[in-house]
Amino acid sequence: MRRLTEIHKVQELVFKLKTPDAKASEVVILSPNTMMSEVRSILKRNKIAAAPIVADKKVLGIISVNDYINWLIAGREDCCVEKCMSLNVKFLYDDEPLTDAIKSFERYGFYEFPIINRKNGNFAGIITRRDVIMGLLRALEIDYHEIEISSYSGRTFFHDMAADHTELMLKFSVEGKNIQHGGDIASKLKKNLHHLGLHPDTIRKTVIATYEAEMNLIIYGGCGTVEVLMDADVIHIEVRDEGPGIPDIQKVLQPGYSTAPDWVRELGFGAGMGFTNMQNCSDTLDIISKVGKGTIVKIRISLDPEKSIK
Amino acid sequence: MKLSEIVEKLGLKIRTGGGKLDREVSRGYASDLMSDVIAHSMKNDIWVTIQIHLNIVAVASMKELSCIVLINGKEPEKETLEKAEAEGIPILVSDLPAFELIGRLYQLGISGKKNGQEENT
Repeated sequence: MRRLTEIHKVQELVFKLKTPDAKASEVVILSPNTMMSEVRSILKRNKIAAAPIVADKKVLGIISVNDYINWLIAGREDCCVEKCMSLNVKFLYDDEPLTDAIKSFERYGFYEFPIINRKNGNFAGIITRRDVIMGLLRALEIDYHEIEISSYSGRTFFHDMAADHTELMLKFSVEGKNIQHGGDIASKLKKNLHHLGLHPDTIRKTVIATYEAEMNLIIYGGCGTVEVLMDADVIHIEVRDEGPGIPDIQKVLQPGYSTAPDWVRELGFGAGMGFTNMQNCSDTLDIISKVGKGTIVKIRISLDPEKSIK
Repeated sequence: MKLSEIVEKLGLKIRTGGGKLDREVSRGYASDLMSDVIAHSMKNDIWVTIQIHLNIVAVASMKELSCIVLINGKEPEKETLEKAEAEGIPILVSDLPAFELIGRLYQLGISGKKNGQEENT
């Protein structure tokens, strides 16, 4: 599929680009009074197979290796190129797309064509087979560069930042005991982490731990904040609320223990598995709580070196 | 077995994710407690539940479950439908009660065993 789209891209470009977009940057032209004896060294030095003869911005003719050989075989004495050049010059107009240039190369077998301005007939440059290829490659490169920028995935975010240490902080806030929106933060976080190109295992652990903490925050705390701070090696999740606080932290860590109110139990919460799931997904879990003041849950998930972000 | 075959054989009604029924399934999990599902379900599981609120989609998406099957003809809430469609999670509805539905799934070869599969907690 990828190859197909690349081919389509090139096809599009051959029609979009005009001959001047690809024309040679260095142009070798001869004046009518250049001597035939000079032709060989000029062509050889510039690694070209032919050169147009131009005077007053008009192309008078073209002299090719073939013309030079014919002149040698004829054994004629040295003269101006004007007398040996081909007069029937095949050229391209400056408003023709590259596809016309490619067709002409195929049709005539020449290695280069002069480009002529269609309006005033003036000489406007030269295009060779090599120029066509280079012009297309240049255009593709610009295209790919644009694609690269537009599809920047963040996969190398930490690597791309020029700093001794890079951290990324994602902050979310929760207002009110709206259980319908439970999981929104975890869901947003999942997309963000995916965007950063984290390993699926890391994403799963982080999202589950955040989800459980987020639900606790909604059910018990009412309002508060979820902060996720990460660098290339570790993710810290900190969930704060100003709720009633936890009187006995050891108890809430026991699987199956729950103080969930009836209204959330009916919805399938209060299984007493929240902190167990957080523990299972993290390296460390710290709970700091004061009754009547609120609770802070700190979760640390270190990234496996193989699973860390570059 | 393909999810689409199960849908056909058990006469499940498709509520969302009709285009996502091409996946292979071999395992299932049944529970109405969110955190229990998070703790014990595995990737690609069929999840059988009676819960119909928005959070089932969050849980299914988080655990990458293959679908949610609602029992006793329970219909998902409107917000649940919208979120499931957005997240690409199939929600299927069966008129059967849980025990009967799970029994029929088992007959079709869907088990609840962990099967040496890597646990997805």
